[in-house]
Amino acid sequence: MILRRITDWPTLSTGSPFDEFERMRRNMDRLYGALRGGLAAEPGAGVFPLMNVTEDNDHFYIRAELPGVKANELDITVTGDSLTIAGERKIPAEAEQVQYHRREREAGKFSRVITLPSQIDTNKVEAFSKDGILTISLAKSEAAKPKQITIKVS
Amino acid sequence: MTDESKALQPKEKKEVTTSTEQTRPGPVFIPVVDIFETEKELTLLADMPGVKAENLNIDINKGVLTLIGDVQPPEAKGETEVWREYRTGKYQREFHLSDIIDQAKIEAELKDGVLRLRLPKIEAAKPRKIAVKAS
Repeated sequence: MILRRITDWPTLSTGSPFDEFERMRRNMDRLYGALRGGLAAEPGAGVFPLMNVTEDNDHFYIRAELPGVKANELDITVTGDSLTIAGERKIPAEAEQVQYHRREREAGKFSRVITLPSQIDTNKVEAFSKDGILTISLAKSEAAKPKQITIKVS
Repeated sequence: MTDESKALQPKEKKEVTTSTEQTRPGPVFIPVVDIFETEKELTLLADMPGVKAENLNIDINKGVLTLIGDVQPPEAKGETEVWREYRTGKYQREFHLSDIIDQAKIEAELKDGVLRLRLPKIEAAKPRKIAVKAS
């Protein structure tokens, strides 16, 4: 269920019956991917950057590979249970007389919204980047934290 | 130059497919690179997110440049996976160098997951202008 909630995008009802087919196809792809080795064939919703989400009792951790991008250059916004991350990867121009043999690295803008499985405490969000990996830690809201229930023996 | 306003598309990392097996199991990815050349040197830029300077191995042997970057999983022990879109693992890539590189002058810098490798050509390999005297 958690898996669904994160990737389930609000379906815009444009009235086209193909939208529903498209949604079904994506879900099937995801299912097949999950069966093969836990990875969706189509990563996420096809939005940059790709993200890994983990959790412990108190936090969610979102990680993304953004080589050459510093955390302070990113625009990160948090609301109740969703997080928006926007920024731009820049590749500075080299001297003019250089001759390129390969050019595989890409620059450009990106923006992504991710919905978390539960509410978070928007005051306790931290982001940092190290070695080109961005880590955002989000504290779960008190209500969303798992609680240990002690059973009294009478 | 790349269009600045272009929106980035996600790309799955390409895995190395070679016949030689790794001694340690785990995925090995091909880092994306930019390579450009001037008269004096070759420069290579490689995206290797997650690689620390001490885990990066650069080697030139018989004209083959090998880059190997080890990646430690960034997750702490108590974390459980909720959703995974990319995998982490070693980076490895090899290049044949057509020019003779002055190995003593190689400079490598790793910053925010981007490697910048300067490979200066040795003097003999640099093009020289030959002045033709008119008699």
